Amino acid sequence: MGGSSVCDGTLSLDEFNASAKALVTKWSGIDVDNALPDWEWRPCRKMGVPSETEGFVALEGVYRIGAGSQSEESDDDPVPDDVVEHDTWVQSSRDNVHLYDFHIVYSFSYKVPVLYFQGLQSGGQLLTLDEIKKDLPSHSLQLLNESKWTFITREEHPHLSRPWFTLHPCGTSDWMKLLLHKLGDKDRSLQYLSAWLSVVGQAVGLKIPLKLYCNS
Amino acid sequence: MATAAAWSEEAARLVWGGAVPLQVHLHDADVTALPPPPPFLTLGPRIGYFPLLVSTIKAHFSSSLPPGVDTVWFEYKGLPLKWYIPIGVLFDLLCADPERPWNLTVHFRGYPADILSPCEGEDSVKWNYNNSLKEAAFIITGNSKNVMNMSQADQLAMWESVRKGDLDSYMNISTKLKLGPFEEDFLVRTSSLEPRQGSDEPESPGSVKPCRVPVRLYVRRVQQDLEYLEDAIPVSDWESVSYINRPFEIRKEGGRSYIALEHALETLLPEFFSSKPAARAADPEPAATTPDSEPKDSDTSPSTHHDEKPPPASPQETDVAKKTKLKLVRVQGIELDMDIPFLWVANNLKNPERFLHVCVYVSA
Repeated sequence: MGGSSVCDGTLSLDEFNASAKALVTKWSGIDVDNALPDWEWRPCRKMGVPSETEGFVALEGVYRIGAGSQSEESDDDPVPDDVVEHDTWVQSSRDNVHLYDFHIVYSFSYKVPVLYFQGLQSGGQLLTLDEIKKDLPSHSLQLLNESKWTFITREEHPHLSRPWFTLHPCGTSDWMKLLLHKLGDKDRSLQYLSAWLSVVGQAVGLKIPLKLYCNS
Repeated sequence: MATAAAWSEEAARLVWGGAVPLQVHLHDADVTALPPPPPFLTLGPRIGYFPLLVSTIKAHFSSSLPPGVDTVWFEYKGLPLKWYIPIGVLFDLLCADPERPWNLTVHFRGYPADILSPCEGEDSVKWNYNNSLKEAAFIITGNSKNVMNMSQADQLAMWESVRKGDLDSYMNISTKLKLGPFEEDFLVRTSSLEPRQGSDEPESPGSVKPCRVPVRLYVRRVQQDLEYLEDAIPVSDWESVSYINRPFEIRKEGGRSYIALEHALETLLPEFFSSKPAARAADPEPAATTPDSEPKDSDTSPSTHHDEKPPPASPQETDVAKKTKLKLVRVQGIELDMDIPFLWVANNLKNPERFLHVCVYVSA
């Protein structure tokens, strides 16, 4: 006896996998500009062997210009052939470039996707929380100051055994339930990740191209 | 009439009173006076966390400490210890042959931030506990509202009881959360008392919600020809330990009136059991009884869907599965027989945040 698919805002592992592959396919089909790389599926490894059924989705190498370069840019001399000042701007800009990796991992506890992310300086050093705060949208920064322990925390990445920043998933099923309310059963699970990304991406300043939400 | 899986106060007292004898050595680089100070001997509560011992350890080594303040961390044979894993679990996992006392090194400098999550003392431990408790509540009831709605006074009192290892105080507050024990009829007590708050739709009697048990598994590999646990090669990096945070689901439709520990592990760690014929036969069962899989049928024909359920393992994967073998299962320092009822283990050997922490040794 098959029960009806009650929309409680959660996903099974199979639904997560299907939604992840739908995201990967649709994203690669969009003519995203060169600034954004592709999402790709990463099978998780157990005892060195890639798993057939478990994995996560990765978007890596997302550039973001640090806030420090803004003031430098505003000081840029309008004379285009000013070589010295131009070099200074380039140098300053390079030093403030941050590189972000985003992973979407399935949580068996909460039955929802969870975002894990980390930032690197151009020299390869990991960004600290204070450095990442400078890249966050202002509303997220405010929320982080209010809910230090339960909004963005540094937790162990389930597949990599290393600390990564993560958005706490305990409220996800509640707001996903609202978001998906009007979709049919099939659309609901396939479009879950795209809808989820529209909220989570905003929280961490990851811009999502609008074409992801168009039927094409 | 008490059932086999029922909660036992005696068991809880033994778990809460469990402790690991520790001998803490100050790291050479942190010694600033000669002769070096003697190691510090203490008991680490099994259900406790290392950062909670820092204040007494600091007091012992105070005359030898370098100036300045940095995050304190612990290490065993070169492996930084994850402070968010309970002391008893770390001991069961890392000391194949229990070492008494357990010789650890304490560092007051050089926190390995690329390996360990940041730790701001007791606050970090408290919130790690709170977040784990919320997670366990979500697993068991489908939402975390009972934990989120605790009064400030109750939250503080609960944390104090965990910090001090005070079982009586803990029981006073934790019963309000209605998170168990798991009954033989596969329903947590909260499910029978009140409907799930998260669900707006009426629950038909025919569709019984699965009982979900919070489980955290730590799988360690030991050499294949290991005869004596004392000969096990120490864990040198955390990548070689598989950490699996996955609840165990019990469904009434499965027709099992008795769930052994072995069956639970088969479900949670299928790659270590797939060489057994019985386990392979058990594979189709989840497909037959999982309502979550139904929407997939609209994409593929039912026969194709069921054919996909046991995926054809690659030759390499088959080889790994055949070679790996379960050697040992430890919970709260006890080597468990595989026939023990799983729900008894879950009810009586869990930690204060309601997770059952299971250490599994496999040979490969």
